[in-house]
Amino acid sequence: MPVILEARGLCKAFGAVTAASEVSAAIEKDSVVGLIGTNGAGKTTFINMITGYLKPDRGTISYEGRDITQLAPRDITRLGICRSFQIPQLYGSLSVYENMMVGIGIVLRNAGLAGYWSRANPPVPGFARPAPEVAEHLLQRFGLAADRGRNAQVLPGGARKLLDIALTMVAKPRVLLLDEPTSGVSAGEKFGIMQMVLEAARAEGATVLFVEHDMEVVSRFAQRVLAFYDGRVIADAPPQAALADPEVKRYVVGSARA
Amino acid sequence: MKHDRTTTIIIAAFVLLVVLGKLLPQWAMFIMTVAFARGLVVLGLLLLLRAGLVSFGQALFYCIGAYAAGGLGRFFGISDIFLEMLVGGALAGVTAFVLGFLLARYRGIFFGLLSLALSMILYGLLVKTEALGSTDGFNILPSTLFGWRPDAEWVRYAVLVSAAAVAAFAAMLVHRYLQTPLGRLAPAIKDNEIRVEYMGASARRAVHVKYVIAATLAGIGGALAATAVGHIDPEMAYWTTSGEFIFIAILAGTGNVVAPFVGAALYGAIHTMAYDLSPNTWQMSLGIALLALIVFLPEGVWSLTGKFRARHS
Repeated sequence: MPVILEARGLCKAFGAVTAASEVSAAIEKDSVVGLIGTNGAGKTTFINMITGYLKPDRGTISYEGRDITQLAPRDITRLGICRSFQIPQLYGSLSVYENMMVGIGIVLRNAGLAGYWSRANPPVPGFARPAPEVAEHLLQRFGLAADRGRNAQVLPGGARKLLDIALTMVAKPRVLLLDEPTSGVSAGEKFGIMQMVLEAARAEGATVLFVEHDMEVVSRFAQRVLAFYDGRVIADAPPQAALADPEVKRYVVGSARA
Repeated sequence: MKHDRTTTIIIAAFVLLVVLGKLLPQWAMFIMTVAFARGLVVLGLLLLLRAGLVSFGQALFYCIGAYAAGGLGRFFGISDIFLEMLVGGALAGVTAFVLGFLLARYRGIFFGLLSLALSMILYGLLVKTEALGSTDGFNILPSTLFGWRPDAEWVRYAVLVSAAAVAAFAAMLVHRYLQTPLGRLAPAIKDNEIRVEYMGASARRAVHVKYVIAATLAGIGGALAATAVGHIDPEMAYWTTSGEFIFIAILAGTGNVVAPFVGAALYGAIHTMAYDLSPNTWQMSLGIALLALIVFLPEGVWSLTGKFRARHS
């Protein structure tokens, strides 16, 4: 499988704290990669560097052979690398449907299909359907159709997570980074949510990286695991092998919250 | 262009004003013209408020518009209302385009106070500028309309109709803008700027655009006020003038593009009555009105329409 995203020797320090130290990883196209590690191990820093929120002190990130290390988050998004958030980042005063429409509006705008005065309803790139239908399609896919009229602010935790992820899908991501998609979700819902998200992501043709603390979820859904400890990648292998690694057992699995 | 309810209301109100306006007493025409001028400024403020930005300095652009209009007469002998509004709006817009590179970086109190500081700089400059009459300001030429010089009986009506036409046009444009994907970005910026950026849009650029639109509207409003009042002075850039606009915005609410004009008319009425009843303490009456409003109608007068609709459906 060709490599779609590659990090080489990423280093990042916040004062005396090393958040990333020589982090390298090559992500293959169409794979599902789980990122594990204790809190503060450097998983979110890794995602933040890939999506441009943090600039690494050293090292490079390339996407489809193009260096994206210095790009701003919005430019990286436009290239097709989208992310969800550990704490859902929604438009709280808007309804679920309007949340989607804002996102689709940005996609249309970036494609040059929506100007300052245009109220036309052109097909959304990648979906070949007009905006309202795309919104409905994605809400359906993420089981949010019944909530379309509700304010994003008052949604229950699981639905907030799903909307957060559904929002990333409007831009047809080639690479999708999910920061703890199941945190704050009840144990019973976890597998259902992961199933739904991965099915949706795969159906839209996205390569997925997800941060996860629940090793059961990781071993069931990831094809490959990157284990972080103290800003370093201590294992990079298929789930069985990675979770059996003595260092991973000692530093990650042993202390992970179940 | 599809006609929705707001557009219909605007057109109907405009037609009504053209037909019945001439029957109004002169003083009422004057108050309404000034209300349109202020309403235009507040319409711009509405755009910014929807994106979560409170500008304490719209008087900067109001004053630029007024001085542009005045300058046209004073230095070029031009007194055409539409030309004054065009130049006033353009000059304010260009100024905002330049200042926007700085201001669009800031949010919240920083945005508010920086915009206030800029307006006070203009105030300071005007006060010191002899050529522009320093603190006294100067008089504006009587308004003309495409070469027509209305006599004393018609001039207020002509100015009122011109003001209403421009206000209606601006309200319809802003209404339409708010329905485009870019216009819809405003509440998204207010709610969650990080998300806006991570979905591939530049919040800063969106704010910059809204700032320029708001300034242009304020400039047109300033030119209109100048020609209606017939006199301009640096007070137009003073922070209390900006405060008036925010007062009107709170009074009106940001629910609809018609609201700023209703709010401005109401403000004109409250202001005139308060001044009439208690010339020395009119600010107190105004203050009490604002307090009552915040307590009883926190979403502004416009929220009454929603309540009315809810009751009758």
